[in-house]
Amino acid sequence: MTREAVKEKERTAIQKAFQESLDEDELMNCMRCGFCLPACPTYLETKSEAASPRGRIALMKAVYDGKMLPDDDVQAQLDLCLGCRACEPVCPSGVKYGHLLEQARGAVTRNKKQSLKEKAVRRLAFKDLFPNKKRMRQVSGLIRLYQKSGLQKLAEGTGAIKLLPEGMRNMQHILPPVVSARLMKHRPEQLKHVVPHYQVSVSKGQRQYDLQAATVEQEHMASTQASSPVKRVAFFAGCLMDTMFLTTNDATMKLLQMAGCDVVNPQTQACCGALHGHSGELAGARDLAKRNIQAFEDLQVDAIVTNAGGCGAFLVDYDHLLKDEPEWAERAKAFVEKIKDISVVLLESGFLDKVQLSLPSQKVTFQDSCHLRNVMKTSEAPRTLLKAIEGVEYHELKEAGVCCGSAGIYNLLQEEMANQLIDRKMRHVQAIQPQTIVTANPGCLLQMKLGITRAGLEDQMQAVHLADFLLEAAEAGRGS
Amino acid sequence: MSVSAVKERLIAALGSDYVHDSHEMRLVYSYDATPGMQAMPDLVVMPGSTEEVQAIVRICNETKTPIVARGSGTNLSGGTCPVEAGVVLTFQRMNQIVELDEENLTLTVQPGVITQEIIEYVEAKELFYPPDPSSMKISTIGGNISENSGGLRGLKYGVTRDYVLGLTAVLANGEVIKTGGKLAKDVAGYDLTRLLVGSEGTLGIITEAILKLIPLPETKQTVLAIYEDIDKAAQSVSAIIANKIIPTTMEFLDQATIKVVEDYAHVGLPTDAGAVLLIEQDGAPEVVARDMEAITKLCTEMGATSVKRAGSEEEANALRSARRAALSACARLKPTTILEDATVPRSKIAEMVRAINEITAKYQLDICTFGHAGDGNLHPTFLTDARNKAEMHRVEQAFEEIFAKAIELGGTITGEHGVGAMKAPYLEWKIGESGIQVMRAIKTALDPNNILNPGKLFFEKKEVVS
Ligand SMILES: Cc1cc2nc3c(=O)[nH]c(=O)nc-3n(C[C@H](O)[C@H](O)[C@H](O)COP(=O)(O)OP(=O)(O)OC[C@H]3O[C@@H](n4cnc5c(N)ncnc54)[C@H](O)[C@@H]3O)c2cc1C
Ligand code: SF4
Ligand code: SF4
Repeated sequence: MTREAVKEKERTAIQKAFQESLDEDELMNCMRCGFCLPACPTYLETKSEAASPRGRIALMKAVYDGKMLPDDDVQAQLDLCLGCRACEPVCPSGVKYGHLLEQARGAVTRNKKQSLKEKAVRRLAFKDLFPNKKRMRQVSGLIRLYQKSGLQKLAEGTGAIKLLPEGMRNMQHILPPVVSARLMKHRPEQLKHVVPHYQVSVSKGQRQYDLQAATVEQEHMASTQASSPVKRVAFFAGCLMDTMFLTTNDATMKLLQMAGCDVVNPQTQACCGALHGHSGELAGARDLAKRNIQAFEDLQVDAIVTNAGGCGAFLVDYDHLLKDEPEWAERAKAFVEKIKDISVVLLESGFLDKVQLSLPSQKVTFQDSCHLRNVMKTSEAPRTLLKAIEGVEYHELKEAGVCCGSAGIYNLLQEEMANQLIDRKMRHVQAIQPQTIVTANPGCLLQMKLGITRAGLEDQMQAVHLADFLLEAAEAGRGS
Repeated sequence: MSVSAVKERLIAALGSDYVHDSHEMRLVYSYDATPGMQAMPDLVVMPGSTEEVQAIVRICNETKTPIVARGSGTNLSGGTCPVEAGVVLTFQRMNQIVELDEENLTLTVQPGVITQEIIEYVEAKELFYPPDPSSMKISTIGGNISENSGGLRGLKYGVTRDYVLGLTAVLANGEVIKTGGKLAKDVAGYDLTRLLVGSEGTLGIITEAILKLIPLPETKQTVLAIYEDIDKAAQSVSAIIANKIIPTTMEFLDQATIKVVEDYAHVGLPTDAGAVLLIEQDGAPEVVARDMEAITKLCTEMGATSVKRAGSEEEANALRSARRAALSACARLKPTTILEDATVPRSKIAEMVRAINEITAKYQLDICTFGHAGDGNLHPTFLTDARNKAEMHRVEQAFEEIFAKAIELGGTITGEHGVGAMKAPYLEWKIGESGIQVMRAIKTALDPNNILNPGKLFFEKKEVVS
């Protein structure tokens, strides 16, 4: 068979898969009003209808209806989509674009020969790395070795680093310092709430707390106070968060304890499966979903807390992911109802009434995590928390809801668009000149760090995760 | 001449980055917001200047290739559907605000500027551009001008036409004309500006516009009047106008619309109400306060169960945005939403609403009715499913009856969405045979080869070949 014939066969197979797996009603629900266009990052950058949500839906529908084959252009357009789902909350018709995208990508992935680069990245990410906690720890360990041994400095100093492809080169600049393997392996399973011994001094017109009694410094705080907790919550640790961003996970749990929550961190939990799902590897995603539902369902908790918008949004979609498996429907639904972001749980538990937040005076802005905002519908809670910190002058970032270009492994596969988006983002950041950019998802955090590096602003600003920032503010607030 | 020869010539004029013929690009420029309409163009071209538009038009005129100008493709009349194939011309590269003239209170813009950008840009300077079609966050000014679009503020401030002072347009022969100017008065010959406004891309390609601005009103107040039944809401509209009050906005939503909009927007609309009116007034504080008091009193007299005032500008804005989402929100119920645009004299609005409901019942259809009640411009929207042929047929019959009723009441078949391909068969009902003749004469004089948006406005009875 000629190459063209092979391609043709592949395209016909993909088209058939479209017809089998795309939701026809969802395709029909798009009435083509175009209200989603101004929310779409790839449309904003290209101004091309083909790179808009309305255009992508029209392409999917044309393939589904047999009006065109899923040729290279169509596939490239699906790849260019960030999956940020900014098109969903703005769609008055309620089109669930994210589901259509997932179905379409699944149809492509199952029937397509991938390029070598893509194959390598995918295999590494989906089969070997993320589903496997031990591997994640090992890789993180290697990065730590690289950072600690002085190899990083050597590589940067000698220019050997230039040998890496740009995507990788950029990545290694911005990775956080990784903690030791010992800490990664021994994670706490049960943590009790702490009761801050605070005295309210109304006379000063301001509440003051004495957190002396709280054993915040102890590595894994196991304060056993007699009073009952405000909530009993489970913590969804996340594979990337529980290795590369372990300190952020610790901060999250500490904050929950300070808010009066008992925290359970089940060790049987797995990776959320988001990276698989968004790239069309649906079978892998379903397996992980089942493992997680099992890990959390008997814990009798009020909420399952996440601190990564990307994971949270995938977790709240488990009922959709498992919709064709009736024996899982109820269990998935019960699981989904409990998923909440850390910012929401803190506010619900009265964190701001219990803990004084204070930091050296600084300008701060917030970059939304797309999935936290568009899928978990959480955008106010993080801002409310930030505005409550004494010393923080909060400035809203223009286009804060527009994707920064991180989008899972998007920045590795679609470097050009990812760079355009982060540069666009940094132009808006420059207009504010904050000392701190706060984010609510590890991918966004790395991308914002990359943005700062690309703009040469390392001396002027930092990017941090909300949980780390809040803990710092709580610890500083205790002293004040 | 073959498509590929036209393509070569266009590439020579614009460069290959701006001339597309991939299946993908042709497909995504084959539709607009009109349900059930789709037709593939041969080429998609993206000019960057008036001169490039001229070059394109010349090539197309010589080769008799149809040209369809396209803004953001949000029109509802098949206006940008390339029904006779040819070239789609997009204006995403011509999207600059050219000049704000604060002495003459004018704004010069390229056709691809987004309406909302214009509104925000001038409001930051305490100036006001009133036309605000519900699609303004994505519609282009070129599209607004070519459809003569209305909006929520049309009742008091008029429509797009009332804010266009001058135009630069490329005619079918490739010549450029400049009409009007930064002038408050101008009677030099025929009013070509007004001829081009609302011409739906059939007489010329607009490449620049001079817009009229007015000072930004000092204050604004918003109320939501809630009714048990539609009739009382419609009567309130007539009563307010009969009392010589012209509010900025008087928007109507029936119960079915209230429900879908609330389901999307969560702004606290009363989902058990029969109808609501969203009423706004702007101007000097004393005037606004006085008018709002009178409006509240009239609504209550006409049977409103409550008249609630928006507590803040955020709240008012949320209500306006929710109203703007009405049409798209209807698609939450059924996949195909076919909306109409019949307009009657304001005094007949109650009668029209009643007729719409009777016709809907007669044909056993689901409907959401909303619209610019103060303008007598309603959007009865049938909820259906293009896959259900029998029901689609009943929808068509129902619309014919609605059009007939509107005309009987002294109204028109379209208030603001244009004729396009959708309403071409009905144009004669409104303007008569002599009206059609005049319009055809104008079209033939300006575009003898019929290259500019062919298949729109005029209905060509096709021979039925079996
Ligand atoms: C949800 C929704 C709400 C709407 N609400 C309103 C409303 O409140 N009021 C209202 O009036 N309309 C409304 N519309 C209709 C539509 O949005 C308007 O007609 C709008 O002006 C179209 O702008 P556009 O940029 O999308 O133009 P397009 O749809 O791209 O084009 C419209 C027409 O203009 C022509 N055209 C475009 N640019 C040029 C140019 N530069 N030169 C010559 N011809 C050109 C096209 O050929 C076509 O005939 C609504 C539509 C939707 C989907
Ligand atoms: S907003 Fe929704 S209905 Fe409108 S074009 Fe986008 S996806 Fe389609
Ligand atoms: S998911 Fe994001 S990038 Fe993709 S179409 Fe929607 S808004 Fe655009």
